[in-house]
Amino acid sequence: MRTLKLKKEKLDTFLFKVSKHGELWGPRKKGEVYIYDKIDDIKDLIKEPVTTFLPIKKLFLPPRFQMFHYNGKTYEENTEIFQQRIVYGVPSCEIHSLLIFDRVFGHTYKDPYYFKRREQTTIIALSCLPRESCFCKSTNTHVIEEGFDLAMTDLNDFYLVWVGTSKGDDLIRLSPDLFDRNVTQEDIREFIEWRERRNNEFNQTIDFVAIPDLMDLNYNSPIWEEFAEKCLSCGACSMVCPTCNCFDVIDEIELSDGSVKRERYWDSCMFKEYSMVAGGHNFREAKAERLKLWYTHKLHSFTGAYGKPSCIGCGRCIITCPVDINILSVVKALLTGKVDKNSLLTRKSK
Amino acid sequence: MSNPFSPEPARIVRKYKLTKDVKFFQIRFIDKERALSFEYRPGQFMMFSIPGTGEAPFSISSTPSRPGLLEFCIRKTGRLTEALFRLKENDEIGIRGPYGNGFPIIKMNGYHLFIIMGGLGAAPLRSLLLYTLDNRELFGRLHLLYGAKRPKDMLFKTEFFEFIEREDIECLLTVDKDDTGKWPCYKGFVNSLFQRIEDIKPDNTYACVCGPPVMYESVLNELVKLNIPKHQILMTLERRMKCGIGKCGHCAIEDIYTCIDGPIFTYWDVLHMKELI
Ligand SMILES: Cc1cc2nc3c(=O)[nH]c(=O)nc-3n(C[C@H](O)[C@H](O)[C@H](O)COP(=O)(O)OP(=O)(O)OC[C@H]3O[C@@H](n4cnc5c(N)ncnc54)[C@H](O)[C@@H]3O)c2cc1C
Ligand code: SF4
Ligand code: SF4
Ligand code: FES
Repeated sequence: MRTLKLKKEKLDTFLFKVSKHGELWGPRKKGEVYIYDKIDDIKDLIKEPVTTFLPIKKLFLPPRFQMFHYNGKTYEENTEIFQQRIVYGVPSCEIHSLLIFDRVFGHTYKDPYYFKRREQTTIIALSCLPRESCFCKSTNTHVIEEGFDLAMTDLNDFYLVWVGTSKGDDLIRLSPDLFDRNVTQEDIREFIEWRERRNNEFNQTIDFVAIPDLMDLNYNSPIWEEFAEKCLSCGACSMVCPTCNCFDVIDEIELSDGSVKRERYWDSCMFKEYSMVAGGHNFREAKAERLKLWYTHKLHSFTGAYGKPSCIGCGRCIITCPVDINILSVVKALLTGKVDKNSLLTRKSK
Repeated sequence: MSNPFSPEPARIVRKYKLTKDVKFFQIRFIDKERALSFEYRPGQFMMFSIPGTGEAPFSISSTPSRPGLLEFCIRKTGRLTEALFRLKENDEIGIRGPYGNGFPIIKMNGYHLFIIMGGLGAAPLRSLLLYTLDNRELFGRLHLLYGAKRPKDMLFKTEFFEFIEREDIECLLTVDKDDTGKWPCYKGFVNSLFQRIEDIKPDNTYACVCGPPVMYESVLNELVKLNIPKHQILMTLERRMKCGIGKCGHCAIEDIYTCIDGPIFTYWDVLHMKELI
């Protein structure tokens, strides 16, 4: 892969150039949290790596959007012209979540709504150092080899810039003079040191190797009932998890002209209605069953289908669940056979 | 990029009552070319779309060996099926599909087939039944075992009564309760019909089962007693489905999507996957 260098103080100039090429998106502060948003003023952009409240999936699978408009005769596909977007600041774990989505939305039938947004978006990944709840080294999602157009590694006074695709190369060509082609031995050493430091900074490690087997073995374990007693079925875990892709579809009738909008919106398998079929029969009436489904998807299913868990180690469930049911507390319970009561319900500060 | 979520325009050609709450629908793609070239396998399903109400999956009841028309039998249970029942002959409706794995008919060639159904289970299995009869030389013996609550609840009665006299199918019909006093066939649950079946070569048999959950247990018991291999016992499972194409997650069980990897599973799959029944 081609690598270049970009001086720290040149980043703004580069992103300003980029913003003329398409809409610039990236993390900005909103109240107490960071969110991915359209950046109108480069001053608003957070240049350091952060964990946003909602993950990058919202750009490709918006929380709610229109699929069709039915005009009384035909279903018109929502051909909203998407602007070219360039997203800055996507961490490597979230790049992995997009690679997982590419498979989910691409297998057997291609989901045009997802892939159109994917094609219209250029991604500038940004290296990060682990925050308190991160454990992407355990999920092996702390390094990226594909799924980005440019990737930047922050090495003190410059960024190492990896050019992943020709779309990424186009961005470089907007202002080639900003980049230095001369990567020295000194730079490489600095990069290696940075990697070491990053790898040593994780305060969470999970050994995922035995987890699928433990999921199987603990299928009827009382731990699920214990978690279920606490779970509020609020669905927050699904909203913030970068690899939750479930949606529901609803028709809205326009009162003015009787036309119909068919819309797609995020759903959660934690909601009670999720598995209800005709006549009110529910395959997952019990909360424990729904929790099992969620954690089977994160920890088990994907190991069968794709050879690795679908958890990317971003830590959002740890930050978000109001009663501390999360990958860590569940894995701990799977390993020890009991739920650590002290770890539940003790709301940690973020 | 073609849009797999796009319903295609179709027309209700005929619609009539089968039982108190089940109606039969004949549907045809409006595009002539599409109507005649549409291919599917017995056991597959279509998503029906009614603007303002939504979408729902229904099994195809007709056989691909008789192209042109698609047939369905549909029970009224809620919002979408009520809206569907209100539509009249000649009205337009959106359909997309076919979806699901369908029956492995190539693998089943040369085998003795047991088609075992209860209640609305006739919907997907009628497709396989008619297909087998249209391609009779491709299969071995053919048994139809069908149970309904009462005589008036039996779907396709006239059609199935004709089979009783045919030589190329052994047709056993039963009702739980005969409230007419004139029922000409058997009485009792479907599993009671097994005592009338002789000379089975289990390794050379496929059993296809679809019916209400209560029926499965007793029927599966009988099939296992007959030594039919678990991977040759096929059953269709119902799950909530919102997309039919493996995207919405609603039909997921462990690492499979019922809409793509199912709705037809072997008995072994069912035993193997904890959540399946
Ligand atoms: C593969 C498959 C094949 C089917 N074949 C037939 C058939 O041939 N004949 C027949 O009468 N019924 C069939 N069903 C069941 C049929 O899809 C439901 O009866 C129908 O969705 C009920 O919709 P409703 O809006 O009338 O009911 P409601 O109870 O009002 O449904 C509310 C919502 O739940 C969803 N829903 C409810 N039950 C089901 C269900 N079982 N599967 C999927 N979504 C559901 C609907 O999409 C709807 O949006 C099949 C289901 C599946 C999964
Ligand atoms: S696990 Fe936590 S976040 Fe998820 S539904 Fe239950 S209470 Fe809400
Ligand atoms: S399960 Fe938790 S840590 Fe894993 S990807 Fe989802 S939100 Fe992130
Ligand atoms: S119905 Fe949507 S994934 Fe199967």
